Amino acid sequence: MPEVLVFATLNGLVTGLLLFMLASGLTVIFSMMGVLNFAHASFYMLGAYFAYSISLYFGYWTGLILAPLIVGVLGALVERYGLRRVHQHGHVAELVFTFGLAFLIEEAVQFFWGQDTKNYQTPDLLDFPLFTLFGQEFSAYRGFMLAISIGIFIGLYQVLTRSRVGLIIQAAISHPHMVANLGHNVPLIFTAVFGIGTALAGLAGVIAGPVLTTFPGMALVLGSIVFVIVVIGGLGSLPGALIASLLIGLLQSYAIAANVGMPELLELLGLEFPRSHPLDDLWTLNLAQIAPILPFLLLVLVLIFRPTGLMGKREQ
Amino acid sequence: MVHPFPLARACSRLLSIFLIILAASFSVQARAQEREPVRIGFMDPLSGPFASIGSSGLTVLEFTADYLFNSRGGILGGRMIEIVPLDNMQSPTETQIQFRRAVSEGLRIIFQGNSSAVANALNTAVTRHNRRNPGQEILQLNYSAVDPILTEENCSFWHFRFDAHAVMKLNVLTDFIARNEDIQRMYIIGQDYSFGHVVAETSERLLREKRPDIEIVGNEFHPIGQVKDFTPYVTKIVASNADAVITGNFGADMVSLARSIIDSGLDIPIYTFYAAYDGITATLGADGKNRIRLVHNDSANPIPTGERKQFYRDFKTAHPDRDVTQPRLAMALSMLVQAMEQTGGTDPYELALALEDMRFTTLSGEEVWMRGSDHQIFQDLHVSVMTDENIEFDADNSGFGLYTEHFVPAEQTVMETSCEMRRPQR
Repeated sequence: MPEVLVFATLNGLVTGLLLFMLASGLTVIFSMMGVLNFAHASFYMLGAYFAYSISLYFGYWTGLILAPLIVGVLGALVERYGLRRVHQHGHVAELVFTFGLAFLIEEAVQFFWGQDTKNYQTPDLLDFPLFTLFGQEFSAYRGFMLAISIGIFIGLYQVLTRSRVGLIIQAAISHPHMVANLGHNVPLIFTAVFGIGTALAGLAGVIAGPVLTTFPGMALVLGSIVFVIVVIGGLGSLPGALIASLLIGLLQSYAIAANVGMPELLELLGLEFPRSHPLDDLWTLNLAQIAPILPFLLLVLVLIFRPTGLMGKREQ
Repeated sequence: MVHPFPLARACSRLLSIFLIILAASFSVQARAQEREPVRIGFMDPLSGPFASIGSSGLTVLEFTADYLFNSRGGILGGRMIEIVPLDNMQSPTETQIQFRRAVSEGLRIIFQGNSSAVANALNTAVTRHNRRNPGQEILQLNYSAVDPILTEENCSFWHFRFDAHAVMKLNVLTDFIARNEDIQRMYIIGQDYSFGHVVAETSERLLREKRPDIEIVGNEFHPIGQVKDFTPYVTKIVASNADAVITGNFGADMVSLARSIIDSGLDIPIYTFYAAYDGITATLGADGKNRIRLVHNDSANPIPTGERKQFYRDFKTAHPDRDVTQPRLAMALSMLVQAMEQTGGTDPYELALALEDMRFTTLSGEEVWMRGSDHQIFQDLHVSVMTDENIEFDADNSGFGLYTEHFVPAEQTVMETSCEMRRPQR
């Protein structure tokens, strides 16, 4: 059992930190503009597809650098020429805009790259096991994913809390008019933040593409979970997003690894039901079976008992 | 000069004009009847996470219709086949909506294959519709949903299955596994829905019968199309010391699972139903060689007849990026056309009667049999390995493809059925 625990923790960390890369951009964009960007996971998908295409000609590493840049520029353009125009019509219009954008990007991806799974591979340089524990390999690429995600978190946190730019961004979040009156170009800050947020999503796509497979449904699979993280962590809170990401990553990973479920619980309670019981499906349910649903359960609980999220400061 | 009967003359003129118009309209109508295409619905996911499977099926069906029939002057004396795509996003709810659309567009024949849950929903909808609308019946041609229930408890006169069901396939697969003495510990993992459950229960039962010494060290379900990363599941597989895996996964769930197993350094065979084509073979590449095995119909390599080879080559010329992923679609359409030619029309009731107990020789030169009592087809089954040796027709242009290792003739795949079909009276 110790090997399962070790690997479940490692897997949980990899997934959690990857989710954080997406959630960090989403939560900062939300706190600035007050709008949930439904197309955020689509930028993640775009990152993977761009990197795949670039890697065909120039190798993985060029893709790692170029793809997030392209996605970031695309994101900035979307904000400058799309969202900003829609902004004057209120939040609902913005919400609908990003919702439509998500569909548009998914269709565009299918149009240009087709519907098949893309053969996007890890670079040869990282194609070796980092270490072997209890007969199971932990690939170097996963280690690389961990390192990049942690690096991004530290960098982002430093910029937001320590640098001048970070101070202006934080001020623009809470008091946009005051910041504008002080002579700062608030719309430019918004565009830049949106661009960087989407670039982070793109980067997550680049590094996740080879291991989580690159296919047109990848945005859909990850999209809903990212919203869950942002809400659980507290809208607009970066540390909250980190905690929620790790929480959900580890929760899912441990739930899958745990060999417990209703049968064990019933045994503990001394209850027994015949196989023909109408609720048989319920009595034989185990934790691993519902692991991917657990985050949504957590979301409901958080919304009931702590509607602002774990670290949320906003009063709704 | 005044005409003696001006009124009569006007009348006769009017009459002749009327007659001409009438005749013209009749001939237009007759020509329209002659040219009116036979419209056939194709209901499968054409968007969403499983779109690649649905759209590759659509390509194969459309190509078959054009290649075998439309380019040779059509069917039923000159009518063309028109395939109408209906995107059900692989959701039972969307299936109901698309079914209503099919009904309102006057489609009488619907091809559907992906997901047994969807096939069951469609089966229920079709059966109910046909009971309530005599004379407006709809025929469901299932080319790939393999939950046995569709030809057993829930069998319907209006449903025909052109693929071996899961228990038939698992019977062949477990025979093959049983011969491999190296396998002592088996891990079963699958999607948490009807088909996944059938695979899990049947594999366990059959292995216990055929090889009581094989220990089932894991039997796991995961939500369908929801898992981002299979590594946590693979951790459990490694910890269980399994030396083989059985899975019924398809689409992205199949690629991710196989990738995670490969990435974890676990070198054990994976026995599957759907681990090829639509980008899966290319993505697994050399890592999947001699490790992935599939149970399926219609040998992919070697291909027995020149006719089918030519079909594949012409398909490849028309669609260089695609493969003939589901050759049984060509078989199903050909059998349907044969039934139409036999009955001289497209009435679903007559077609169903003609399809019952039909024996048909496929492009591969195999004789298949559509059993009348439950509408289940019987054909040769194959277990193939993914490899790049002796591959004439590869998948995803990757150089890798499927090579038949084990073959079971159709008559040995026949299983009894519990179907008690309610046959409509006419």
